[in-house]
Amino acid sequence: MEEHTVIIGNGISGVTAARHIRKLSKKRITIVSSETDYFFSRTALMYVYMGHMTFEHTQPYENWFWKKNKIDLKKGFIKQVDTDNKQLLFSNNDTLNYDTLIIATGSKPNKFGWPGENLNGVMGMYHKQDLENLEKYAPNNSVCKRAVIVGGGLIGIELAEMLHSRRIPVTFLVRENSFWNGILPEGESAMINRHIKNHHIDLRLSSNLKEIIADENGKVKSIIIEETGEEIPCNVVGLTAGVSPNIDFLKDSNIEIGKGVKVNRYLETNITNVYAIGDCAEQHAPIGQRRPIEAVWYTGRMMGETVAQTICGNKTKYTPGHWFNSAKFFDIEYQTYGWVHGAKGKPDYETHFHWKHHDDTKCITIAYHSQNRTFLGINTFGIRMRHDTFDRWLSENKSVEYVIQHLKEANFDPEFYKCYAPEIQTAFYKNLETV
Amino acid sequence: MNSKINHSMSLAKPDALGISNMHKVALCIGIVGLFILILALCHVDFPNKGLFLTLSLGLIALGIVLYSRASYVNTMGGIKNDGVWFKSVSSRGIWGWMAGVILTTFYIVLYFFPKYLGLGENGAENEGLIGLFDPLSQLLSNRPASQWFVYGTLYTLAILTFGVKFILKYKHNKYQQLRTLSVMFFQLGFAFLIPEFMYVMNNDLPYYDLKNIWPLNYYLFDEWSVKAFLSSGNIGLGLLLFGIISIFVITPILTYKYGKRWYCSWVCGCGGLAETAGDSFRQLSSKKRYAWQIERWLIHLVLVFSVVMTTAMIYTYLGYDSNDFWLTRGLFISLVIGFLTLIFVGVMIFKRQELAKDAKYGALGFFTIILLLAFMHTTSTTEHLFYINSGTLRSAYGLYIGSIFSGVIGTGFYPILGNRAWCRFGCPMAAVLGFQQRLFSKFRITTNGGQCISCGNCSTYCEMGIDVRAYAQKGENIVRSSCVGCGICAAVCPRGVLKLENQSMKGRINPNDVLLGNDVDLMHFVNKKN
Repeated sequence: MEEHTVIIGNGISGVTAARHIRKLSKKRITIVSSETDYFFSRTALMYVYMGHMTFEHTQPYENWFWKKNKIDLKKGFIKQVDTDNKQLLFSNNDTLNYDTLIIATGSKPNKFGWPGENLNGVMGMYHKQDLENLEKYAPNNSVCKRAVIVGGGLIGIELAEMLHSRRIPVTFLVRENSFWNGILPEGESAMINRHIKNHHIDLRLSSNLKEIIADENGKVKSIIIEETGEEIPCNVVGLTAGVSPNIDFLKDSNIEIGKGVKVNRYLETNITNVYAIGDCAEQHAPIGQRRPIEAVWYTGRMMGETVAQTICGNKTKYTPGHWFNSAKFFDIEYQTYGWVHGAKGKPDYETHFHWKHHDDTKCITIAYHSQNRTFLGINTFGIRMRHDTFDRWLSENKSVEYVIQHLKEANFDPEFYKCYAPEIQTAFYKNLETV
Repeated sequence: MNSKINHSMSLAKPDALGISNMHKVALCIGIVGLFILILALCHVDFPNKGLFLTLSLGLIALGIVLYSRASYVNTMGGIKNDGVWFKSVSSRGIWGWMAGVILTTFYIVLYFFPKYLGLGENGAENEGLIGLFDPLSQLLSNRPASQWFVYGTLYTLAILTFGVKFILKYKHNKYQQLRTLSVMFFQLGFAFLIPEFMYVMNNDLPYYDLKNIWPLNYYLFDEWSVKAFLSSGNIGLGLLLFGIISIFVITPILTYKYGKRWYCSWVCGCGGLAETAGDSFRQLSSKKRYAWQIERWLIHLVLVFSVVMTTAMIYTYLGYDSNDFWLTRGLFISLVIGFLTLIFVGVMIFKRQELAKDAKYGALGFFTIILLLAFMHTTSTTEHLFYINSGTLRSAYGLYIGSIFSGVIGTGFYPILGNRAWCRFGCPMAAVLGFQQRLFSKFRITTNGGQCISCGNCSTYCEMGIDVRAYAQKGENIVRSSCVGCGICAAVCPRGVLKLENQSMKGRINPNDVLLGNDVDLMHFVNKKN
């Protein structure tokens, strides 16, 4: 009998691990999920609600793929992990034995104990079930006359875009005084504020949720804002105040957990042959400037690629390269390479050069070291940039002047698009003169 | 799950979004215009045909343009795919099927029963729909309309008006706008106006749309066509030579530099219609593996069919004696065999490693056919075979490929199979261009490192049914013979992952197992090993 690797979770982390283990070995592989039968792209759920795609389109592999590659899929919810006997217990009391276990259960939406947070019509936007819920409570603007979104992060703004696509009025409560300014520098955050309002979203900055009020059927009727006491009638409340590791089922196991499943640089837990990857893994110590828990598509994928090597005999440290990420805020695409900090957590040496196009939909921020002028990172909005070019420049410790000079090489916009590099260069040098 | 009454006619679950009053007005205007055409089809005899034709075409155009303006003008630039899968017409709902049936019926009547459109037979005057178009035809080329003139006019109208729609829809995207202007220009000028003017100048010339290149233009080398060219003096000879140069010189150069998109989504009329009027159906193309398996066999078989048919036809009307005409049967067949052998040997020597196993089998199979031709020629059985069959072959091609495949199925089935079914499964020109694009071109769609989130927008909106995501999520560039370079995958990508580029051929194909962003040593280790 071949060695049996069981992966809990069929998201990007688990599936990447499975694919790579299959490439490298003949091990028996089983992926367990309680969410869906087949792997789908979580980031694409919004496009199903918006009618850009059907759910099937979000599945990167056709259904025959799994059988052909001898990856078993099992649907079920695991309620207990018995590491002594290397056995998983399902909620229907089925059991499954493993030799190697990979925990890749991802995240769940945060709830902070708000009154009414479990009412009908209150939901996160993370799982496929959340999408089904939204379809039920907000199919159109006659059933859902207004929706309130709580939490100004990436999922929050996506949910706003989703609801807006069905012409449902949205009130968007953001705790901070400007959208996502824990991460974004001021100029960018302000531009996104304006862009959100241009899409007729009722954006409420510096606003917290006090409570959610139910109607006589236990369904959402309205919410109350902490700061003003204002009551806003609504039919749906979206809770998008971040996510945290989805690991409640491990509480009684021997596996060490903190906020997430504690892992070392080899993604190993305290138990031999048990690994954790993706959103649910928590590094003992942060890697570089990264957070100990990284709930990002790309890092999940990288951990999957890495853990497969270790499991298949090529013990490999999780060593992510230069930080990168991307998102889309309504019509504005965002990419980031290297580190550009918002006001919060910005190191003293980090200096910013900010350029914004007059149409208010494009801007960049380049971060560099104030003393040695090393390029540290870039945020780019509305202009596409090349990942490999910036990755190389970061590795080569290029200076900010070099990056500004060669910005055109990094441009990734479609052909015939206007190139803003010259304008940016002019602004940069003009800026130097005035400083 | 969703218990409410579904008021839309959509087969999909949620309601399609309601339309605004402006949309309704535009719809009414367009329908009135269309109604005039339907009345004409029902043989209503209009007193002033010129006026009613102008009114009809004008109202249709106005309706489409107003509708598009209402949809896009007062919005912010961006991707406008909201509700595509909820609308009945664009998600194979009832309206989609109805549109498919109506279009298909129209094509069947057009190709096989033009008299029902009112074509005057045996010198009789046109009536009905074709009669309505007489004034325009008279104006342009001083002759009564034919079913092809009616078709050409409506075709051009569709490309122009839906071209405007497309340009408004992609108002933020210069690439989309320019290539749409290009197909609008080529359709109006090259396909519609120039041939009419050429007829006015010299009415012996056969209809020749200069941008319609053999083998897509399968009748270019027909005996009647060649004879007509040759009997029209220098200009005729020039045009015939242009036709030959188009495929053997211009096409390879442009395809090397820009990929097949220079033709398929910038110039071609079939492509032009698909990209404009067919845009609403692009998401319907199948991305399943079996569709791809059918595709690569079918399209190459059509190419072989077309090459054999053309060869046979030309062979048949050529003579034996070089005193009559320098190009004799013997010389011609030797040229054909020589040329095909050259391509086959060249590919097998230089590009063998880029071909999959079954592509090699296919190539070998085709080469066997070439050898068979040579054998038949030398043993003099060719003549007999070709003599009997070349005419039959030609009419079979014209019927099954030229009419049924490219017209009835290719366009009539837009709302069912997507807008590029012909281009993907049947067009021999696309096969020629694609063959070169895959093996010898600077064009590729570059994938932006590790930025793909596997969302699937690119694959969904690929009209050619390429599973773009399968490449993008591996950090691999897309180098596919079928890609027409429409650039929509890059446009709909929410993360800026895809870019159409013409760059050096080195490193064009770059499969990665571990993507950019991870441990450099690991990437190096894994990606080198494979």
